[in-house]
Parts: sequence; C-alpha cells; structure tokens
Amino acid sequence: MAETVKESEHSPVSRSDWPFFVCFAILGGVYVILIVGLLVAQAAFTSPAHVLAALASPEIRYAIRLSLLSCTLTTLLSLWVAIALGYLLARFDFPGKRWIDAVVDIPIVLPPLVVGLALLLLFQVGALRWFERHIMGVTFEVPSVVLAQFTVACAFAVRTMRVTFEQISPRAEAVALTLGCTRAQAFWKVVFPEARRGLLTAATLAWARSMGEFGPILVFSGTTRMRTEVLPTTVFLEFSIGNIEAAAAVSLLMLLAAVTVLLILRRAGSQGTLDRALRP
Amino acid sequence: MISLEDVAINSGPFSLAGACLQVAAGDYAILMGKTGSGKTTLLEAICGLRKVVAGRILLMNRDVTRLKPAERGVGYVPQDRALFASLTVREHLCFSLRIRHWSEADMAARVQELADWLGLGRLLDRTPHGLSGGEAQRVALGRALAFRPAVLLLDEPLTALDSETKSEMVALLRTVRSHTGATVLHVTHDVQEAKTLADCIFHLRDGVIIPGEADSPMA
Repeated sequence: MAETVKESEHSPVSRSDWPFFVCFAILGGVYVILIVGLLVAQAAFTSPAHVLAALASPEIRYAIRLSLLSCTLTTLLSLWVAIALGYLLARFDFPGKRWIDAVVDIPIVLPPLVVGLALLLLFQVGALRWFERHIMGVTFEVPSVVLAQFTVACAFAVRTMRVTFEQISPRAEAVALTLGCTRAQAFWKVVFPEARRGLLTAATLAWARSMGEFGPILVFSGTTRMRTEVLPTTVFLEFSIGNIEAAAAVSLLMLLAAVTVLLILRRAGSQGTLDRALRP
Repeated sequence: MISLEDVAINSGPFSLAGACLQVAAGDYAILMGKTGSGKTTLLEAICGLRKVVAGRILLMNRDVTRLKPAERGVGYVPQDRALFASLTVREHLCFSLRIRHWSEADMAARVQELADWLGLGRLLDRTPHGLSGGEAQRVALGRALAFRPAVLLLDEPLTALDSETKSEMVALLRTVRSHTGATVLHVTHDVQEAKTLADCIFHLRDGVIIPGEADSPMA
C-alpha cells in the first residue's frame, strides 16, 4: 500500500494547459493587433473625399500612371532574368555558383539608400556615363525609376524562380532529352509549363516590391513632380509639406494594391514557393 | 543490338570500370543487381544522360558514345516514370513525334495505335495526376515506344505495382518484342521477373557485369 502512495507522489501532475496557450496567444496577438490597428487607422483617417481629391490632382494621377507602368515593366524584365538565372542556379553546378548565389542576395540585404547611391555612382563611370551623355538620360529620368525597382525586385524574382525549378524533378527533362529534345525544347515544352504557378508568384512578388520601392528611387531618380514621381514619392512629398490627408489617401491606394497582390499570391500562386523564396 | 565495350562511369560515390555487355538485336535482356549496384547509372549512360569516361557504347552497330541523348534513338522508361505533369496522355504519346515533325494525320494514327495496344484509349485526355501505377507505367512505355526506337531501356518497370497489375504488365512487356522488334534492356532485382521475361540475363555485381542465370547467387 505504502508502495502505491509513493508511486503516485512521483507521477506527473495533471495541470491545465491554458496558461501556456494564453501566454503564447498574448505574445503573438500583440503583433497581429498592431498590424490590424495600422490598417484601421489608415482607413479611419482617410475619407472618400480625400481619396477623390487625391485622384483629381494631376501630379498624383501622373504618379499612379508611372507607378503602374514602371512596376509592370520591371516585373516583365525581372521575370526574364529570373527564369534564366533561377533555372541555371537550380539545375547546374558551375564554377563560381556560390559566389553568384551570394551576389543575387545582395540587393535583398543592402540598405535601400545604399542601393540608390550605388546606382548613382555606377552611372558616373565608364561606358554607362558615355551612354547617359550620348544615348539616353537615365539618372533623375524615368528609366532610373525602372532600373532602381528592377535592381531590388529582380532578386526576389530570381529566388522565387530558383525555388520553383528546384521543386520540379529534373527526371522529366532528362526523359525529354532522350525523346529527341534539345535543352531548349526540353525547357520550354516540359519544365516551363510546370513552373507557371511559380512564375505567377515571382511576378506578383516583383510587382509588389517595385510598387513599394522608395529608397533607391529617392537617391537615383530624385523626387521631381510630373517626372520621376511614383506613389511612395507622393506620400513622401505630400507628408513633407504637411498635407497628411493626401499622403494618407495615397497610402490607402497603395495598401489596397498590396492587399490585392497578397490575395492573388494566396489564391493562385504557390504558397510553398513563396515561403521558401522569402526565407532568409 | 546493345554493346558496351570497357565502359567506365564515374558518378559521385559510384564508379564502374571495364563494363562489357552484348545484347543481340531483338533480344530481351535483363540486367540484375542489388539496389545501389549502379543499374540505373548504367542505363543512364546508355541513354546519354551520364558521361562515360572511357570505353564505347554501340547501339545497332552505331557508336553513340559521344552523341547527345536526342541523337541516340533510345526509348527510355525511368523507374519513377517521370511523366510530364502539364501534358495529357495524348500529348505524351505524340511528344517525340512532334519533335520529329510528323504530320498531324500520322501522329493521330500512331497515337491511336499505341492507345489500342496499351489500353490507354479512355485516358487520352487526362493528365498524369491521378493515374494509377499501372496506367502511368503504360503511358511511360507508350511515350518511349512512340517513335519506334530500335533500343528500349526499362528501369524497374514492375516495381511498386500490385500483383494483378504486375502480371498485366508482364503480359504487355512480352508483346513488346513481337510488336516492335526492339532490343530491350530491362533492369530489375526480381528473380521471378527475370525468369519470366528474359532471353538473356546479366548480373551487375561490384561494378562488374557478368552473364548468368536468373537465380545464380547474388553477392
């Protein structure tokens, strides 16, 4: 009998699990509430009249147009690079691969203003300086906006496409080669159709990154109205002259664009690819 | 015919040196060996998917050692089947024909012929997703045979099939020779499979190919 009592003294004590869940829920919930609070504050501060007033401004209309055009162009350019580089990195081992892999990550970790300054300096030397003087103006002109967006957005697209290609088995391509395909035919007929979801993920990610890009544009493109003004520039300019209503209205437009992109990514894109691409 | 003359392959942890093998034209040969003995590597070398560091590979008296996979004219069915996820069964069957610029009418006729023979008629418009093991295996076989290759390489075609499907596939593989006249090299580790199908049997043991019987002792 005494044995039994002793045993029960050492048995695990049954206690409630709810303190654990409450602690974790509070810790996690703080952040979720912060983000929801941001959205609510943004929406509450902005009235439809503010948005309409912002949309009536020719400068802001120009900024919306330039943002949409430059982001779309940046996305198209990024996808071509991302398909090529992502495929090479995913499939082949070659000298300097680790080095190239690290280089592609630089735009992701570099402070945005530094990216802008580096672009500015790049166009002060050699062939690019000549190009700018004799062929086409880039710095502080519209092309600089696309280039600044492309520099950062493309890195995200490359990572996404690399993960996409890594998830597709190389065996199918190998069989396609035995069936008579060249490398190019095997890629376009077999691999590429399977990469469509990843391509959509890369496109939306690149587009969203470009839409929010400001640091590099501030330095490399300047903030000239009706010339290099994109939506983040508008928020910055309106805010700096104390026009909080317009800044908030434009922010709301960008927020809606971001939420739309997020919905597309969640529904149509491949979530697994996105998660792995964003993983540091 | 398939002929390997002193073939050496070096692929990471596995290496093979001085491999010799002769399969007469139209024969059904079986290559046996334990898992990890390099059977798949050898098939890939014959297809041109793996580099040969020494020796020669001859297919139908043609030296293909330095040719690209596309130029070798080999029908290859890998163990994992490696079907094309975004293509329909019909597109699988005419994949190699489209690459070879066959006319639409000739392709349609060939697809019908293969579908009738392999029992794929009902599945022509389906994608590989959701096909059973036996169906996927028949699609992979049809894809490999469509362009009438003189040499057919099968990597463990009966593994991972239930017993009923397996006996159907065995019956189907028996008809391959009468239907196509192709020289077949079939890789397996299953003694029964070898006994049922083979004209000649080889063992791959410790990197050496030895002609033998199905139930000769394995190392």
